[in-house]
Amino acid sequence: MSVSTFPVQRETFFDPPRELLTFPPVQAVHLEDGTRSWVVTGHAEVRAVLADPRFSSDRTGAVTADNPERARRLRELRERRGEGTPPGSFIGMDPPEHGQYRKLLTSQFTLRRMRALETRIAEIVSDQLDELAASAQPADLVAHFAMPVPSLVICELLGVPYARRTEFQHATKTLLRRDTDVDEIERTTVAVRKFLHELVRDKHGAPTDDILSGLIAQSGLTDEELVNISFLLLAAGHETTANMLGLGTFALLCHPEQLHILRAYPGLMPTAVEELLRYLTVISSLVPRVATEDLSIGDDLVRAGETVGLSLAAANRDGALTENPGELDVSRARTHHLAFGHGIHQCLGQQLARSEMTVGFRALLDRFGTLRLAVAPEEVPLRSDMAIYGVHELPVAW
Amino acid sequence: MKIIANTEVCIGAGQCVLTAEKYFDQSEDDGTVIVLNETPDAGDEGAVEEAVNICPSGALSIER
Repeated sequence: MSVSTFPVQRETFFDPPRELLTFPPVQAVHLEDGTRSWVVTGHAEVRAVLADPRFSSDRTGAVTADNPERARRLRELRERRGEGTPPGSFIGMDPPEHGQYRKLLTSQFTLRRMRALETRIAEIVSDQLDELAASAQPADLVAHFAMPVPSLVICELLGVPYARRTEFQHATKTLLRRDTDVDEIERTTVAVRKFLHELVRDKHGAPTDDILSGLIAQSGLTDEELVNISFLLLAAGHETTANMLGLGTFALLCHPEQLHILRAYPGLMPTAVEELLRYLTVISSLVPRVATEDLSIGDDLVRAGETVGLSLAAANRDGALTENPGELDVSRARTHHLAFGHGIHQCLGQQLARSEMTVGFRALLDRFGTLRLAVAPEEVPLRSDMAIYGVHELPVAW
Repeated sequence: MKIIANTEVCIGAGQCVLTAEKYFDQSEDDGTVIVLNETPDAGDEGAVEEAVNICPSGALSIER
């Protein structure tokens, strides 16, 4: 198939593009410049690629089929400047460099630590629900709840002043928009890096009790590395969970029978969170990997240097993963879903995200027994224009 | 049945702890896996196998 026909538009609120769901598990796509890229949608195949060290996570040369033109322009820009993966940005690194950075952070995000943090998360959630309750109806659930909760939590953990949230929230939003041009990406990156460089400099002088100060004291990282790690954690720490909270609430309100089950059996919340992660899979852009040698995925031969784009969203709707994958079923037993990825790059903050969602959804449902959409579902502005799917706003009443 | 863990490979995702808390924990130092009891009790084999299968980094295996 040619890239001009690559499906990115959704026909429904919660399903990935229908054509993507009908792809074979591994599909070759011919880009307009004559090169070949791959799209992988099968659950077993996506999982296998993510676990295979012969696929590199260095995406500086990657061109996925869902936004090839922008990827190519970015690649040209980086090549012209001789830039590779920024130091410290370990999401784009392979072993052994990847592990050296990740190991500095894993102890901060263990399941035990995140559960210990749940009391504090509950306070933050409660404050935001107070704010929502005091708002005129209809109120936007994204602005009062879904976005502030994870932003406040990651700011506190990392040691970023929440008062300066607009600077990183704006940057993340710009960088995640599919149509942001290369010049704007440049300007935004420069601005957010300036903000983080100032923050790192301040922490050197006056350390506080947070991850960033801890890294400065113990790790021997350069300021450049600290800035890139901070931006990675900050961006990954708020946009993903924010969209799960917003889109998850929208999904529950659109599936009243599921919402009813969850209200009747609140103990189901942890598995319901797993099901929402699977069903909604907000990482809607293709996850890039680059083949470092000629290798096969099933019967298909991928050549060295070719990009493989992984659709986590399609993989999580594979019938081989679970029965009736197109149904939202909060009672479904936990699946091996790929919403947090797989392999050595699997989400560092996944236990934090689980805690935020479990505490957040539980408190929202407890507090707002009559929560409802304040507009028709068709009027909810969807994030079809963003690399992370969700709702831009969710007007609710109660 | 015996649980084998490779902490060199482990990335500290915590999936094993989430799946079988009785058998796995994470190090306070670097978040890597700690096996609390390497021989699962009768009836717990399923949960331990699930933890091994869900491990993202391939750090866990079972010796029979």
